[in-house]
Amino acid sequence: MSPPADDIATKESVPFVAAAGAAAPAEALSGAATGWLAGRHLLIAAAIVVAALMPFFFKSFVTFQLTQVMVYALAILGLNILTGFNGQFSLGHSAFYGIGAYTAAILMHDYDVGYVWTLPAAGAVCFAVGFLFGLPALRLQGLYLALATFALAIALPQILKFGPLEHWTGGVQGLFIDKPDPPFGLPIDSDQWLYYFTLIVLLLLFLAVRNLARSRTGRAIMAIRDHPIAAAAMGVNSSLYKTLTFGVSALYTGIAGALGAIVVQFVAPDSFSFLLSVSFLVGLIIGGIGSIPGCLVGGIFVLYVPNIAESISRGLAGAIYGIILLIIIFVMPSGAAGFVRLANAWLAGKWRPNPTARSTLGQPRR
Amino acid sequence: MELLLHQVMAGLATGGIYACMALAVVMIYQAIDHLNFAQGEMAMFSTFIAWQVMQWGQPYWVAFAAAVVLSFIGGVLIERVLFRPIHNAPVLSSLVAFIALFSILNSAAGYLWDYTIKTFPTPFGHKPLLAGLADTHEVGMIGVTLGLLGLLYLFFRGTRLGLAMRAAAANPESARLVGIRVGWMTALGWGMAASIGAVAGMLIAPVVFLEPNMMLGVLLYGFAGAVLGGLTSPGGAVLGGFAVGVIENVAGTFIPYVGRELKLTIALVLIVAVLMVRPSGLFGRSVVSRV
Amino acid sequence: MKQVTRRTILAAAPAVLTLAAIPARAQKKYGPGVTDTEIKVGNTGPYSGPASSYSPVPKSIVAWCKMVNDQGGVNGRKINLLSYDDAYTPPKTVEQIRKLVEQDEVLCTVGTLGTPTNSAIWQYMNQKKVPQLFVATGATKWDDPKGHPWTIGWQPNYQSEGRIYAAYLLQEKPNGKIGVLYQNDDFGKDYLKGLKDGLGEKKSMIAVEASYETTDPTVDSQIVDMKAKGIDVFVNTAIPKFAAQSIRKAAEIEWKPLHILSSIGASVGATLKPAGFENCKGLISDFYLKDPSDPQWKDDAGFKEWSAFFDKYLPDGDKLDAGNVAGASLAAMAVQVLKQCGDELTRENVMKQAANLHDVTVPMLLPGIKANTSPTDFAPLKQVQMARFTGERWELFGPLITGAVT
Repeated sequence: MSPPADDIATKESVPFVAAAGAAAPAEALSGAATGWLAGRHLLIAAAIVVAALMPFFFKSFVTFQLTQVMVYALAILGLNILTGFNGQFSLGHSAFYGIGAYTAAILMHDYDVGYVWTLPAAGAVCFAVGFLFGLPALRLQGLYLALATFALAIALPQILKFGPLEHWTGGVQGLFIDKPDPPFGLPIDSDQWLYYFTLIVLLLLFLAVRNLARSRTGRAIMAIRDHPIAAAAMGVNSSLYKTLTFGVSALYTGIAGALGAIVVQFVAPDSFSFLLSVSFLVGLIIGGIGSIPGCLVGGIFVLYVPNIAESISRGLAGAIYGIILLIIIFVMPSGAAGFVRLANAWLAGKWRPNPTARSTLGQPRR
Repeated sequence: MELLLHQVMAGLATGGIYACMALAVVMIYQAIDHLNFAQGEMAMFSTFIAWQVMQWGQPYWVAFAAAVVLSFIGGVLIERVLFRPIHNAPVLSSLVAFIALFSILNSAAGYLWDYTIKTFPTPFGHKPLLAGLADTHEVGMIGVTLGLLGLLYLFFRGTRLGLAMRAAAANPESARLVGIRVGWMTALGWGMAASIGAVAGMLIAPVVFLEPNMMLGVLLYGFAGAVLGGLTSPGGAVLGGFAVGVIENVAGTFIPYVGRELKLTIALVLIVAVLMVRPSGLFGRSVVSRV
Repeated sequence: MKQVTRRTILAAAPAVLTLAAIPARAQKKYGPGVTDTEIKVGNTGPYSGPASSYSPVPKSIVAWCKMVNDQGGVNGRKINLLSYDDAYTPPKTVEQIRKLVEQDEVLCTVGTLGTPTNSAIWQYMNQKKVPQLFVATGATKWDDPKGHPWTIGWQPNYQSEGRIYAAYLLQEKPNGKIGVLYQNDDFGKDYLKGLKDGLGEKKSMIAVEASYETTDPTVDSQIVDMKAKGIDVFVNTAIPKFAAQSIRKAAEIEWKPLHILSSIGASVGATLKPAGFENCKGLISDFYLKDPSDPQWKDDAGFKEWSAFFDKYLPDGDKLDAGNVAGASLAAMAVQVLKQCGDELTRENVMKQAANLHDVTVPMLLPGIKANTSPTDFAPLKQVQMARFTGERWELFGPLITGAVT
């Protein structure tokens, strides 16, 4: 790598770089990086092929688990757009997930809408809610914003249980959804179909985020994260982009919620507690803030680690879970994506001590 | 009218619980610049330690002192063992460490002491005051909270150590330059916060009963109170705690139809509304950033 | 010990056992998860997360099966009970249940815990035709042999308990002003609905409906409100923690209504002792299981058997926790069903036998209470008995009552 390119690469205080593509143009400056980039495309293509073949090698229960991993990955991606790209912090994404899930469930249950159409509907509803919620978020920062989003997470289950809305939400008893059959007479079962359906949605949305990150809008959004005041001085309409990011973030998580509802075939207020937000946040951090493939790692973590913890000790499942979390954070302080980046740098003989000593939120640590 | 008075009094009494917790929350925020999500579980664990010491036949004050001292040591150890190594990691990574700590303490307490509720004694007794509007324990709890607040004020304003701690939290680099051992100040902050948490836990347990999940709700309200009052202001946090207690009770009782079922939601919405006007809380300093 | 157990259960249903077992012996017929030496059974429960206080139920189910295995198993086969953590979240329950059904290939599930969690797997189990045996929740909907022939309930449902309180109140205090404290979730709302249905046209007797969330630190505000509004009948359907708080608060503000405590919060050790016995005198409740902390059972044979089981198989457990009684009793009844299946251990026959219980009793059921099911009746336990707290123990009174909710 030539010195200038290297310089840029080190300056990615922005952990998200590697995947989201912000760094890609920078790295493309040097020839070495271009080769790596091609390798990267190959890797992605291989991953997609493997993903497409998986359902034929596993029992339908595993297919179902993998589908859920993708659903969580998508939800985490939604949170990532907000936190990784824009530097805002949310404890309320379980609410967007829940709103998406209920939108899908109510449309399918009460209005017989086809499951495919519930995704855009859930996305639209969540975008609207997220956008509106982005307005107060304009005034609030850091922990104060966390509390505001937290209020949303606490409020949603209560609102879903609320008497006058029971007619639509099914109240505490929840709503059932029928499992969609594979279309066009495909010779696969409905679990496999849902897996592919989710995979397609996931890939499309991953691609969309990648393009968003590389666009003018994406750069504006990230500029706000890195230095709000400077961004404003450069003429970035900070309020517009912040609320917009909130909306898009909610849209992603909402679509994930709708998918989750279809996959699980059931929604109830207790599925969308504040703890789900915590899971998303943990998944986001474990995967690596700002990293798109990291979201998948996060999804895998959210689904599988509690199972692992439980298999070690049932009575102390929670404690084991906590210990696993601690170990991961000790080994990979910037999540899987940061770890991979470090490992890459090390393999390339370019290891430098401690590139993580920067805030993920783009501000110097005090 | 009488009902309003009753509800305000009941709100102040529960608000005392939140205030106590809010104070501990702000305390650690001052020391480490983070909200400690495991604060409630630390307080719960400390309270169980006191309970265990009493089960072993020791009197209340021995158990009280043991819990406070052990919590202080525990807090320092947690900082040294868990948080020191990752203090260079991204901010949100320490959030994961808090969540891990939460999970470990909660699960361990359930494993060690089971989930049935336990009574926890109070030095103030449970005698009704003001025709049953409050009881001696609630008044005692409010008194202790205010007393702690006063002591902290004196400590941070009037002692060198307090000043050093404030400096270490506010500006670690400059503090280091003037010879303050920032790492130890942070550890000390953890220890003090754990001790305050222990006191809070031991004051709260007689009201809500002791069990591993007892602090979950209290912590939510404590956070809300602390944020409402302003995370940079211990006095504001205490006031915020009381305010949350009163708002929640009054809203729950008097807003027809939606009140009871959505009372927490209403309280939170009100708080967010306040934050819209005062983004750093009622008594918090607003952050000035340098370009 | 071994003999006592056998004898108790055998004595419970000798006729059934012989009738059901003999023809089945003739030929062996196995469904998934069954071999000559083993029967694989699944279970889910909240071992972690905020609902982990219910974990004694699955733990004691596991322990009971272990005891049965140590005593020789069921018709010579050991029960291999696989119990997984679902953290009380419906999506996790679906995942764990699918693992049990599709990967572990269990014959049936037993005592899966929680209303939202069981709701989430309700359709799946019925589509897959896997017996969802004795769900550990008191919602009314489990008794639906036509719509969901593979799911069967267990405990008396919350709505019928609510109706029983209504009947009692209409008799004892027809002009009372009722205040209800309920948890804002499925079981709280079921109690409320049962109470309202039972009161019928006198529904307006309910003057205050106060809910709480499990995250609320206290319910003081609700209690103060009820006193101020002149409530003289207090129907308290809270879980032990909040039941104890409200009993203590009521005493503190010198509010003395007719206080009905639901069976959920009526444990002597878990609720009344923390609340203070002096504050509990005169409380009314209903029971179907023996309260392990109630001194009146200390010489009872069933209690002694349970107690010996507990000491041996749950040495770390909390004996005050009523979950240990519910789990053990539920497991004992499931064992009875498996026994009745004889050598025909198919999913169809498990459901058939589960719908074929006649006057079955297990050690910790109240004297006289028996489980009965039929192909049109999937609610094994329907009877309860009212009790009044004397200041140190519950004194049962009146006949066994059957709440009629179908």
